[in-house]
Amino acid sequence: MNINTLNLNSKVPKGPIMDKWRNHKSTLKLVSPNNRNNIEIIVIGTGLSGGSASATLSELGYKIKAFFYQDSPRRAHSVAAQGGINAAKNYKGDNDSVYQLFKDTIKGGDYRSREENVYRLSEISSNIIDQCVAQGVPFARDYSGYLETRSFGGTKVSRTFYAKGQTGQQLLLACYSAMSRQIVKGRIQIFNRHEMLDLVVLDGFARGIIARNLITGEIEKHSAHAVVIASGGYGNVFFLSTNAMGSNASAIWKVHKKGGLFANPCFTQIHPTCIPIHGNYQSKLTLMSESLRNDGRIWVPKKLEDATLIRNSKKNPEDIEEKDRDYFLERRYPSFGNLVPRDVASRAAKERCDKGFGIENNETKEGVFLDFSNSINKYGIEKYKEFGKYDPTIIEIQKLGKKVIESKYGNLFHMYERITDNNPYNTPMKIYPAVHYTMGGLWVDYNLMSSIPGCFVIGEANFSDHGANRLGASALMQGLADGNFILPYTIADYISKYFIGKKEKYNDILQSKEFFYTEKIVKDTLKKIIHNNGKTPVDFFHKELGKIMWEYVGMSRNNNGLLKSIKYIREIRNEFWKDVYVPKSIGNGLNTELEKAIRVADYLEIGELMAMDALNRKESCGSHFREEYKTIDGEALRDDDNYKYVSTWKYIDNKSIKDEILYKEDLIYTFAKVQSRTYK
Amino acid sequence: MKKLLKFKLKIWRQENSEKIGKFKTYLVNNISPDSSFLEMLDLLNDKIIRNKKETPISFDHDCREGICGMCSLYINGRAHGPENLVTTCQLHMRSFSNDNIIYVEPWRAKSFPIIKDLIVDRTSFDRIIMSGGYISVNTFGKTIDGNIIPIAKNIAEKSFDAATCIGCGACVASCKNRSAMLFVSAKIAQLSFLPQGKIERRKRVINMVNKMDEEGFGTCTNTKVCEVECPKGISTKYISIMNNEYVNAFIF
Ligand SMILES: Cc1cc2nc3c(=O)[nH]c(=O)nc-3n(C[C@H](O)[C@H](O)[C@H](O)COP(=O)(O)OP(=O)(O)OC[C@H]3O[C@@H](n4cnc5c(N)ncnc54)[C@H](O)[C@@H]3O)c2cc1C
Ligand code: SF4
Ligand code: FES
Repeated sequence: MNINTLNLNSKVPKGPIMDKWRNHKSTLKLVSPNNRNNIEIIVIGTGLSGGSASATLSELGYKIKAFFYQDSPRRAHSVAAQGGINAAKNYKGDNDSVYQLFKDTIKGGDYRSREENVYRLSEISSNIIDQCVAQGVPFARDYSGYLETRSFGGTKVSRTFYAKGQTGQQLLLACYSAMSRQIVKGRIQIFNRHEMLDLVVLDGFARGIIARNLITGEIEKHSAHAVVIASGGYGNVFFLSTNAMGSNASAIWKVHKKGGLFANPCFTQIHPTCIPIHGNYQSKLTLMSESLRNDGRIWVPKKLEDATLIRNSKKNPEDIEEKDRDYFLERRYPSFGNLVPRDVASRAAKERCDKGFGIENNETKEGVFLDFSNSINKYGIEKYKEFGKYDPTIIEIQKLGKKVIESKYGNLFHMYERITDNNPYNTPMKIYPAVHYTMGGLWVDYNLMSSIPGCFVIGEANFSDHGANRLGASALMQGLADGNFILPYTIADYISKYFIGKKEKYNDILQSKEFFYTEKIVKDTLKKIIHNNGKTPVDFFHKELGKIMWEYVGMSRNNNGLLKSIKYIREIRNEFWKDVYVPKSIGNGLNTELEKAIRVADYLEIGELMAMDALNRKESCGSHFREEYKTIDGEALRDDDNYKYVSTWKYIDNKSIKDEILYKEDLIYTFAKVQSRTYK
Repeated sequence: MKKLLKFKLKIWRQENSEKIGKFKTYLVNNISPDSSFLEMLDLLNDKIIRNKKETPISFDHDCREGICGMCSLYINGRAHGPENLVTTCQLHMRSFSNDNIIYVEPWRAKSFPIIKDLIVDRTSFDRIIMSGGYISVNTFGKTIDGNIIPIAKNIAEKSFDAATCIGCGACVASCKNRSAMLFVSAKIAQLSFLPQGKIERRKRVINMVNKMDEEGFGTCTNTKVCEVECPKGISTKYISIMNNEYVNAFIF
């Protein structure tokens, strides 16, 4: 590994933070409406970020080509978001403000995000809610008809807007409708069941992509004036995660290999409230929304013997008396309690399970309770009083209380029961942390442009807003902010500088050497996979990689483990290229194994970079917990003097991952006061 | 440890939209009752791939959380299998008895052509939404504050309930007429409940209903199977709401 200290130009505008975005906008160049029709933009992904970008850019008059691997934009992974979306509206009168949202986000990210980006996000947050309401998103309302909110971890205000446990679905459907309206007008051309396999860079500018039609197997060339990557996160490196099965790192990884810097690859968020793993047949982990922590209390037994009895089904959680329960979050963090941020909650659960207090009867004996009995009681009594009745029986209270809980989280409880066969209204849920979100991603400047001119990156695919740890309900916010309200301005600036008034023949671009060369490389790789004389299915390698990643690059990391992981990843990678077997499908048509193989090949590289980045960062911060760097109470110990930077990695052509060069973008905080992070 | 299960599977294999398909029999064993239906198919595929004799079974899926609407499958003749209010990815093997024979087929409807094996093309749904399933507000503009349009809690909830449709197509697949009424009516109801959506309601309902017919979906004869098979419990009352909207669109 080489370390280089080149200054990266983040293009953050000058001036007071409150004025930066407004002033910057006034300096950005415009593209006049009659020119926009001649400009083509490729957007990879139709989640909240890509979908909103496609809709908005096409409304403005640009021609959009939208690529995604599902059959319909409505199924992009954003659909799965359960909890909600933040905005600093202060509708609840709890003294929320743009500043407060900014402060919580910066602090939650452990001072490893770019201050100016976060401030802009907080400023825009309110517009997003207004926009979504106008589009017909059925957000939760109170009895008087006004918008309802709830709280998420890491904050002391109620600023999360939601639509039961389906916020992502409702927001995505709005986005998809906005797209649909433009598709029918012919302004957006959709390429469903298409996967981007490489980026084409011409004279230093991103000018197109190579994509594979997943139905016919055909390799296609597509050119454009700019390429927008909105392909989501790379959490599936871990095999088991809360991400959709098709989520992949291929698009961002190929951009990286074409020169796009990769920032903070080691920052992976582990979400504290997922359903624990129960068997080795399992293909995926399911999240239980963080919003449940509003009403659920997290605990494990105080006594080791109780934990053992529970694991062996000899005792029920209901049988453990109050005094024998350890509400470890409330105990350790009295001022935030169950609503501490995700990294803190996850580590605290791991700490208890490592000590033997885990309650789930699985191979690893990992799991803690999320208990709703208190809330059910509380709400039951409240409801009873509302009805003007007294002396309710316990059964009556329970019934009313459960109704309230059902109206808040009904579909999540249903999902939990489906998966585990346990009824969470009657017995506490079992939860354990799982891989959820990746804060790292392609490096972008303030204009959301990667280090390759003309290649923009938005949503979870970029790195900029969440630092070392994302606070709940802020990914949806970022996706829509990027796509609806930021990119349309900044991309116009780029286009006006390079393409307006320039005459170029379209076919010339598609016929250029670079297009043919990139296409050939893609085809060669596919051939190599298909004609490999191996015998082992793709999933095997993916699972092996996942185990290594979880063990050594998961919730906590240390020097030796990371070194080991790098060694093991390389071994698995070698093995993969030697022994993978992908059935050749006749007629070269749909071949799901081939799709997986391409993705896993990329994971096998990005995994190594994640471990290298974790090794380099000799401090603990946010989701990156290095066991060597902790306080006496076991909390993360940051080292601002040496590590207050974004680590960005540059791939060197034709060299291996270990030869990547590290550049640093120093993080300078002029507005936020950098403090140690405590939730006590 | 729970008792592991074994099954005989009869699975529809079809190479592509042109070729003729047929059922093939597969045996699976050591299946945990806690594994999902798709995880059981994963296991079978692993075996098929290692055998190298045929290509693995293709089926659609993505989130495996019951929310993206990507998974499909007729299982023993029922869309999404034997349980109510469940998508195939959330169906678990504990719903079947040991040694059962399970028939697995793609969804059959003229408007959902088969692509391969168990995968069908549901883009006709997208085209219906394109014909008017939206509120025509631009996304880059400055809109008014969200709280300027109060919406009564019960109205917002009614709209939300309709909006929970995941666009899976089980309603079409289970209907003997292959009608898409439940899907279309859910969208129409969601938007027409909200003040924002009322402005375009006439145009919307006419366009969407016409498009539905054009795409070759059948008519509704009120058998209500769609409601039974819908994994999200979308109610057929929305169909009457849609019919009303449609009639009113011509009166006013
Ligand atoms: C279970 C779950 C719950 C969550 N809950 C919340 C929440 O309550 N609040 C919150 O703020 N955030 C939440 N998140 C996080 C949030 O949902 C995501 O970070 C966000 O939706 C990502 O949006 P995106 O637009 O960046 O990408 P995605 O929505 O992931 O979309 C990616 C798109 O890219 C396409 N694509 C990917 N690779 C390729 C390729 N190679 N070629 C072509 N197309 C490609 C896909 O088809 C898809 O359209 C949750 C995440 C999960 C997993
Ligand atoms: S109405 Fe129900 S069955 Fe039909 S598409 Fe929607 S969710 Fe699926
Ligand atoms: S895979 Fe998403 S709903 Fe079944």
